[in-house]
Amino acid sequence: MINFFGTEISFMQILTGVLYLVFAPVIGCLIAGIDRKITARMQGRFGPPILQPYYDMRKLFAKEAITVRGSQELFVVCCLIFMIITGLFFFAGGNLLMVIFTLTMASVFLIVAGFSSNSPFSQIGAERELLLMMTYEPMVLLMAVGLYLVNGSFDVSEIVMSDPISIIYLAGMFIGYMYVLTMKFRKSPFDLSMSHHAHQELVKGLTTEFSGGTMAVLEIVHWYENVLLLGFVFLFFSNGTVLMVAIGVVACLAMYFLEIIIDNGYARMKWQFAFKSGWIMTIIFGGVNLIVLYYLKLFGLIGA
Amino acid sequence: MAYITKSPWLIHYDGSSCNGCDIEVLACLTPMYDVERFGVINTGNPKHADIFLVTGSVNEQNIPVVQQIYEQMPSPKVVVAVGICACSGGVFKDCYNIIGGVDKVIPVDVYVPGCAARPEAIIDGVVKGLGALEKKQKNLDTVLTLEKVAREEAEEYD
Ligand code: SF4
Repeated sequence: MINFFGTEISFMQILTGVLYLVFAPVIGCLIAGIDRKITARMQGRFGPPILQPYYDMRKLFAKEAITVRGSQELFVVCCLIFMIITGLFFFAGGNLLMVIFTLTMASVFLIVAGFSSNSPFSQIGAERELLLMMTYEPMVLLMAVGLYLVNGSFDVSEIVMSDPISIIYLAGMFIGYMYVLTMKFRKSPFDLSMSHHAHQELVKGLTTEFSGGTMAVLEIVHWYENVLLLGFVFLFFSNGTVLMVAIGVVACLAMYFLEIIIDNGYARMKWQFAFKSGWIMTIIFGGVNLIVLYYLKLFGLIGA
Repeated sequence: MAYITKSPWLIHYDGSSCNGCDIEVLACLTPMYDVERFGVINTGNPKHADIFLVTGSVNEQNIPVVQQIYEQMPSPKVVVAVGICACSGGVFKDCYNIIGGVDKVIPVDVYVPGCAARPEAIIDGVVKGLGALEKKQKNLDTVLTLEKVAREEAEEYD
């Protein structure tokens, strides 16, 4: 135990935090590579090598740096820093609300970076990213509340270790989270601001003015983010036993595979649909689940 | 080894092509040829691109367009002229509006002849371009200096 500004931090927490710092980009990169391979196979193509995202990143760093506006680079680096901090909070077992707020900060910096160039493409991209944020943010917050009600704590370390298997009580929340996860992963049908495909279209908007190193940093942000988002999925399953941890990891992988299928199976929707459906899903699945939880608590069926 | 040879992203511009070569360029992306297995991505954005594929000859109106796309690409970059039109003007050579091949406006590294150039030939041309890219990546500082000098001279000339 060491004392960090009045908070007790165990060495285990420091260890998991450092592990995240080092291995999250590796895992994220591999996931992205496998994603591209599976996507290609689904389209009847051979697909790039698994390490392709890594090659892309290294190439981008080696290219000439062209910046439209100096502040842009700063914003993108801030985005990376906040993404890493978010992950550290999460994997060191910190407060879930704090995690969500810092995650929002990372997204905000990305949006500001998009707005900071005067290109209409990146402006539209940034606006769409804002809209998506408005769509997924309520669900993510509700999820935190749900996890608190079931596990009796906002601390990730406690949620992971506490007895109840959250998914049993939070099935609705899980479905709602699955729905908004498509936006966070930037997958079709909700890849409105920063698609992985459709390079010639408006949906590549946010990244229009980024090139070279800035673009590479953005890729790394994305790797960190994907691992973090899968971490949220894991929270629904873990109760500290080895079996549930294993099931949680499998669930994360299954979840990503499902996202790839959705990505390849659906055409892109308009932002109006994304916005409306996102909120409707949040209210129906998240809201109803919350009410059910309330009554369960009222009748003393769940602890805390 | 330069990573750029493993992930060449390209941008495709249609000069005054008859559209024959363009269709062959897009055919490279289909499951039949699947250039993504070499890490190639067809970006629509010069700022992300490493290889500039031009089909069709250059005419009076698109000189600034071709130049601007080339200017916006970060170094190292390579230009591949696809189809005989892009190489020399082809059948349109004597038209009143045609300047000639792409090399009349920007430096071209690889010429892919053919009317229309076959997808195999285009892939071959891109792979040839990779050699040039690797060389430029190795001498990036020199390339950047040369480009800067050329830009300044062009400004003076204007
Ligand atoms: S080379 Fe032939 S196919 Fe290609 S643009 Fe020229 S005329 Fe068309």
